[in-house]
Amino acid sequence: MSRDLNGSREVLDGDDIARALTRMAHEVVERNKGAADLVVLGIPKRGVPLAQRLAGRISSAENVDVPVGALDVTMYRDDLRLRPARALEPTDIPAGGVDDKIVVLVDDVLFSGRTIRAALTALEDVGRPRAVRLVVLVDRGHRQLPIRADHVGKNIPTSLAESVQVLVSEVDGSDGVVLTQAADQPRADAEVLP
Amino acid sequence: MIRHLLSAGDLSREDATLVLDTAEEMARLTEGRAVKKLPALRGRTVVNLFFEDSTRTRTSFELAAKRLSADVVNFSAKGSSLSKGESLKDTALTLEAMGADGVVVRHSASGAPYRLATSGWINASVLNAGDGTHEHPTQALLDAFTMRRHLGELSGKRIVIVGDVLHSRVARSNVLLLATLGATVTLVAPPTLLPMGVEQWPCEVTFDLDAALSGADAVMMLRVQSERMKDAFFPSAREYSRRYGLDARRQALMPPEALVLHPGPMNRGMEITAEVADSDRSVIVEQVTNGVYVRMAALYLMLAGTAGTTTPEEAA
Repeated sequence: MSRDLNGSREVLDGDDIARALTRMAHEVVERNKGAADLVVLGIPKRGVPLAQRLAGRISSAENVDVPVGALDVTMYRDDLRLRPARALEPTDIPAGGVDDKIVVLVDDVLFSGRTIRAALTALEDVGRPRAVRLVVLVDRGHRQLPIRADHVGKNIPTSLAESVQVLVSEVDGSDGVVLTQAADQPRADAEVLP
Repeated sequence: MIRHLLSAGDLSREDATLVLDTAEEMARLTEGRAVKKLPALRGRTVVNLFFEDSTRTRTSFELAAKRLSADVVNFSAKGSSLSKGESLKDTALTLEAMGADGVVVRHSASGAPYRLATSGWINASVLNAGDGTHEHPTQALLDAFTMRRHLGELSGKRIVIVGDVLHSRVARSNVLLLATLGATVTLVAPPTLLPMGVEQWPCEVTFDLDAALSGADAVMMLRVQSERMKDAFFPSAREYSRRYGLDARRQALMPPEALVLHPGPMNRGMEITAEVADSDRSVIVEQVTNGVYVRMAALYLMLAGTAGTTTPEEAA
């Protein structure tokens, strides 16, 4: 299903993303034996709309309300001193908190693992979940830390010279996953970086 | 983002909005949480260099830096070498030698933070915590933050600032910042308490408080700074209070939703009556809480990152 778009390649389209999210929603429910005690937290920016969609699917499959929120990890990053200060994205922890809950972290791309490490530290300051699970839409490899996702939408083996860009309609106007040569990619927006 | 915070006038609308938005997130990250500390400034050193006493501002900066996990050193003029006659330059060189990353400075001389930031004595970021009768930018930011929380975006809002404008660094910073954010500011003060050149400030000036109150979205009362007054600026405290004090009668002239602000410390019964200061429209206590969030935002934006460009190292 890959399409060429001016040197970049669309590896997943909107329907693929929808199917991947539906599958992962069912996997989360199966692994958890239901939707009890689940709290879904997206990592800004694009993890948040993905988390909302995932929670929506779990809710309709199990017919219960699944709390969903956002967890910004900026303050916990290990590269703060290497870049100009970043603007903070909203953090929104559902009213019930995360104590003794099963937290499902959702992000668009899993790469070095550093964002997830930061998220685990951030979560520690919010409360003490019973367990944390990780859902990512794309795993592109090149891990720098011993971190593995529990549920992956699509494994996309990449080279370091490539960049994976996840587009979601809430932020970008359309859904898709695009693979480009990183050198051609403008590096202004850190969230779209590999 | 600018490297030093010396004047509210240095902030562009984008920068000012970034500080206010970041402060909003700081509030959400610490309000109601068991762990109020964030690791963003771990290993960084912030020096509070206070040549003038100020428990409120110093504590607020100290708490803000500590909430971001920075190491905080408090220098006050009393009991340090400053009282032995050490110059600003020597103090700066000492701080540089000790490896300060940020210096929060309060000085009785207008322009002292500017001198510190531009003379090349230190590499640290300088945050002006009040210099003479010049500026107090974080106070203006926390006032704007407090008003924005209640009134929404400040563009088009009408803010009335009342009292001792001449001796007030708060008034000058507020006028500059609020004008940048698109609000209309009206200064109300006796002619003797208006500074030279006020007609060039981006605001209106009037002597009639009652008339100014009717269209106000927020009214900010300034402290009458008797300790800075070496002359008689008005006939008596009673006379001042009668013409420029905010009491219940005047509060009734304000629109029902209008806010009452005061940078503190208040002279109750002078520029503001206890009844108004404690009323449900007063956000004076909230200003103090918000001060910590705004200072966290300023410290984070100025000290957390590098001033350089993005490195090729990636993290996802």
